Amino acid sequence: MTAPAVNAAAPPARSLSGPGAQLAVRFAVVGALLIAAFVWMGAEQFVNALTLGAIYALVALGYTMVYGIIELINFAHGDVFMVGTFVSLSLLTSLGFSGAVKDPVLLVVLLVGVFAFTMIAMGVVGVLIERSAYRPLRNAPRLAPLITAIGVSFILQNIVQLFYGPFQTNAPQIFPTDWFINVGEVQIPVLSFFVIGVAIAMMVSLQLFIGRTRLGRAMRSTALDRDAAALMGVNINRTIAITFFIGSALAGAAGVTYGLQFGVTRFDLGFQAGLKAFTAAVLGGIGNTVGAALGGFIIGFIEVGAAVAGYTRWGPAIVFATLVIVLVFRPAGLLGQQVGERA
Amino acid sequence: MSVVQDLPAPQGTPGFRARAADFGGRHRSTTIIIGMALVGAILPVLASVPPFTAFQNQASWMDGFTNAGVFVLLALGLNLVVGVAGLLDLGYAAFFAIGSYAYAYAASPFGNEVLGINIVATLGDQAGLIFWPMLIIGALVAAAFGILLGAPTLRLRGDYLAIVTLGFGEIVPIVFLNADALTNGTNGIGGIARPYLPGIGSFSAMNPWPYYVTMLVLVTVVMIFCYRLVGSRIGRAWEAIREDELAAAANGINTVTTKLLAFALGASTAGIAGVFNASKLTVVSPDQFTFIISFTVLAMVVLGGMGNFWGVAVGAFVIYSINNVLLKTLNQFFDTVGVPILKDIDFIQLQFLLYGIALVAMMLLRPEGLFPNSRRKRELHAEMTLPGEDEMTLPEVTEEGGR
Repeated sequence: MTAPAVNAAAPPARSLSGPGAQLAVRFAVVGALLIAAFVWMGAEQFVNALTLGAIYALVALGYTMVYGIIELINFAHGDVFMVGTFVSLSLLTSLGFSGAVKDPVLLVVLLVGVFAFTMIAMGVVGVLIERSAYRPLRNAPRLAPLITAIGVSFILQNIVQLFYGPFQTNAPQIFPTDWFINVGEVQIPVLSFFVIGVAIAMMVSLQLFIGRTRLGRAMRSTALDRDAAALMGVNINRTIAITFFIGSALAGAAGVTYGLQFGVTRFDLGFQAGLKAFTAAVLGGIGNTVGAALGGFIIGFIEVGAAVAGYTRWGPAIVFATLVIVLVFRPAGLLGQQVGERA
Repeated sequence: MSVVQDLPAPQGTPGFRARAADFGGRHRSTTIIIGMALVGAILPVLASVPPFTAFQNQASWMDGFTNAGVFVLLALGLNLVVGVAGLLDLGYAAFFAIGSYAYAYAASPFGNEVLGINIVATLGDQAGLIFWPMLIIGALVAAAFGILLGAPTLRLRGDYLAIVTLGFGEIVPIVFLNADALTNGTNGIGGIARPYLPGIGSFSAMNPWPYYVTMLVLVTVVMIFCYRLVGSRIGRAWEAIREDELAAAANGINTVTTKLLAFALGASTAGIAGVFNASKLTVVSPDQFTFIISFTVLAMVVLGGMGNFWGVAVGAFVIYSINNVLLKTLNQFFDTVGVPILKDIDFIQLQFLLYGIALVAMMLLRPEGLFPNSRRKRELHAEMTLPGEDEMTLPEVTEEGGR
């Protein structure tokens, strides 16, 4: 393997006296927190938090990838996720499915089909957005693409509203919601395991893609230094387009899982969800894909935790307050590198 | 060639434009007052002539202009933070909300009860008198919250600051929504007194003129403040921080207090806008201060041309008019004019879609804004102007030298 190039792009190792020891401490802290959460919430809410967190994490990945590569807060990303829920529900209803599919083989085929279709469709949408609204402004003042992102967000929301109206639309829950696994005395829906499993599988494949493939290396180098990457023969426009494709496809996958899990969606879903997912990305350290996943799960736990404690309505406020506190003490996020500002 | 011709003749009287520019340079505040007086006089005339009367009648226009004025104020304040000091604030609506609620507490029975004061009961019919001192108190309260938010977070840089402000902008409406006992939750605080001025009496919803004139005065005062600030030592410090924070700090600027000041002053402008808005609507509720407001104001600043106060004011006016007047009244307009196909489209339903398209289109056409700040324009086009455009300035210099 041509190791040098890979190593050069990898984050520099931290100079610590005992990296292994610190890693162990971190795992211990995370484990202790998880156990505490489990004991406090109970198994059912614990799994709910993981499920919600998995969906946030999938959306957060798109934010963090796009930010990492072109330093743009892609405010339209939450709406891409929302469109994903509608694409998957439209596909399923047009195929004639409205309820649970009990036949395992058909279910698997259907799920693979829905995920593939939605992810590709949303990927294409993402690339189109990048091509039309962001690429022409790549050398413009930094706030210009932010404004077009807001514009695109309005456009997506209102196109969906034109077709589906301003009210909640039911999404067909083809995955049976009455399949349970008994854990001790509580019943955990299989669906939750499915959602968490899908999310983790996608995160792992994303990590492998970014870390092990040529395209992934191109993405990392473009994020590090666009000009230098271009000089080394990386096609910058194509790499950025691919980043948008993958990020939007992941948002599409999150949309499918959201529909399966909650069974309803609405045109303005993407706004709040996108905001929280972005918070997750920042919480974890923006630009860092592992951090985004971590942040997503943290937000899931905060929201469900607030609900368990009886403060459902304060959930979003607690999420943002956590963000403010974390940023005040760790300005680059939990896993972000504390780097100096670029000149 | 044209440059030479336009140069004023040595002994002759200078042209009107040259004199106006010279006057504007020396008497900033007077120029603003004259300019705003002109704008204030022209708008009512415009609203009563044909193409505009097809949309709505003059009184509705005046009311709309006043509402647009609220956004002009907001945009001017955000411009101080984003355009001049370079601090991206995505939660600006929070300060607008704080200003609005501050007035609501001072001038409504519910608010007085919560605070344990009895302004409304004491003043009776003249409760609106409190509006005038509240303009300043509201500004101070908002500024205090600006400092409260800014103090721990201003050491964050760039986009992280943006996210914290975004979070703050979300938290404030949620607090107003959920703290039922103090804020009356979703329904908000109603029964807020309209401004009262001796001689005019209480302002009313029927007569848009008192509000209009008050708004003109407020915009004029804020604009004078902004221009004076930017021309001052503080203004130069803000611009230095915007360009390079490290270099600014190295040159002896206390970046923390300077940034805090920008935050506080920007917030206070939003507070004034909030007080005015609450006094006009007579009701405040959390859903008036969503993220959309913060975004729209930011779009106004960026589109108007960051750092340029007149540009930002015009940007605010244009965007507000597109969103709240043009798109809402397109149906009526096409019905009146009778254009065949357009008549049948329901533009109310398409309002936000068209707004989004307008934002994207305007940004793609003019990425630096409609009226960019001259210094920013030079920066942006530095690479392009250096080889080619310099030829335009060079001959001028030699001309001067030749004399």
